[in-house]
Amino acid sequence: MSIIGLGFLRGGLEIKQFLRQRESVVFTLAFPVILLFIFGSVFKNTIAPGVTFSQYFVAGMVASGLVNTGFQQLAISIPMSRDVGTLKRLRGTPMSPISYFIGKGIVVTAAMLFQVALLLGFGALLFGLHLPTSPALWLRFTWLIVLGSACSTVLGIAFSSVPKSGRGASAVVSPIVIILQFLSGVFFVFSDLPKWMQDIAAIFPLKWLTQGMRSVFLPDSFAIKEAGHSWEIGKIALILVIWLVIGTLASMRSFKWVQE
Amino acid sequence: MTSSSAAISVRGLRKSYDGVEVVAGIDLEVARGEIFTILGPNGAGKSTTVEILEGYRKADSGELLVLGENPARPASGERVWRNRIGIVLQSVSDAGDLTVAETVHHFARYYTKAKDPDHVIELVGLTEKAHAKIETLSGGQRRRLDVALGIIGSPEILFLDEPTTGFDPEARRAFWELIRTLRDEGTTILLTTHYLDEAQALADRVAVMLKGRIIEIATPDLLGGRGDALARISWSEGGTTQHSESSNPTAFVTQLSTRLGGEIPDLTVTRPSLEDIYLRMIGEA
Repeated sequence: MSIIGLGFLRGGLEIKQFLRQRESVVFTLAFPVILLFIFGSVFKNTIAPGVTFSQYFVAGMVASGLVNTGFQQLAISIPMSRDVGTLKRLRGTPMSPISYFIGKGIVVTAAMLFQVALLLGFGALLFGLHLPTSPALWLRFTWLIVLGSACSTVLGIAFSSVPKSGRGASAVVSPIVIILQFLSGVFFVFSDLPKWMQDIAAIFPLKWLTQGMRSVFLPDSFAIKEAGHSWEIGKIALILVIWLVIGTLASMRSFKWVQE
Repeated sequence: MTSSSAAISVRGLRKSYDGVEVVAGIDLEVARGEIFTILGPNGAGKSTTVEILEGYRKADSGELLVLGENPARPASGERVWRNRIGIVLQSVSDAGDLTVAETVHHFARYYTKAKDPDHVIELVGLTEKAHAKIETLSGGQRRRLDVALGIIGSPEILFLDEPTTGFDPEARRAFWELIRTLRDEGTTILLTTHYLDEAQALADRVAVMLKGRIIEIATPDLLGGRGDALARISWSEGGTTQHSESSNPTAFVTQLSTRLGGEIPDLTVTRPSLEDIYLRMIGEA
């Protein structure tokens, strides 16, 4: 079977495994919805004419959902697979690392699409989220999802070489994600953060992804409230592509089937 | 020179970790279709040697060919070479959410010459468990699944690292039968084991490894001079147990019988078992 065919075969199997692990389904898919429900219910304040915090928050959660299902999930689950010998076994077969990455990309994409649909559904039903009506915005939404999830996947694979063991992985990875969420305009309005925090967040892709999502889901009039006083769409694309390249190179270089 | 017609050919293999030499210069040749066993105490370097042959670790130095290719960098390509080998690892505990059948069918598709998955499940005796989730299997059943995944691709060479750990006696016999069948089909088998009866039952040749070196390679019957070893005779006479060693035990017993007037009380005649020989070898060195 070709490397790509094997990747799809692997992806199908991983989706099956994912769905059978009830904790992972509940945690990865339902958790963001629960967060949305809590934050959306508590912070009902208006942050700009016609924009409530819960709308702002949904846009941020869609972006950070990509980070949860991709980066966080992979950076934790790959070291665990390494611990139990899954990767060692695969390494002894004609499975190529590329096929393995494709398989991971597929399971991550499936989980993301499902999660995004849940968030948009609940956001629109309960928290006044306006789904975009223009095809141009849906197109932007699509490339943001594609680029964001690709970025998140390769960075997750690259980062999976950092934790020494599966058991320690969650302790290393989860705080990074939570801190990034605080810095990147998910839990707080980004432009309200101190300048130095904004500067740190601007290095990482999540800040740009949340900004992109806001450009899709918030009215155009809000653009002026952004840190750069515009949506900066070109810059978002550029920075995500740079991270995608960094993540791809890093994952190719650092990926280890077996911890020596 | 390493020979490319042999299944495995190794010259001067060395590997150190943190300055400690784990494999200290090994020469080894395994013919195609042979069952070759490596025996040795824990820490002798067996697993490291096998993992180098499997391509999991890189040797520090030495010449090394497995199916005519360097495992660290197969000239025909990693996937092509891996398509020809099968590996049964120690202690894998993955994929608990999948069933036996799903797993074996899935892995079958990795290979160009895969065996029929259902037939392989039957060969390892898991047909009744085919639709059970892997997490519900016992240790021995799990091991049999590992074996199934090792042989699914019709490998030309099969690496078995302590494959029967956790098997009950009946399952071990069935497993030995399976290994002999594979050998009869032409599969080369490299087996590491702690069980001397397993080596005795299966191996065409045995290598004994100690402190990173191979101290002897022989057939199980001849290892450690076993073929020439004296027979040990014991019997009761005058209320005490008597012992003697002889290279002609039949003549000795005949004489003894004549002397004692027929039946010899508590007579036993034994030769040292493979285990006796092995323990002596690793104790001496």
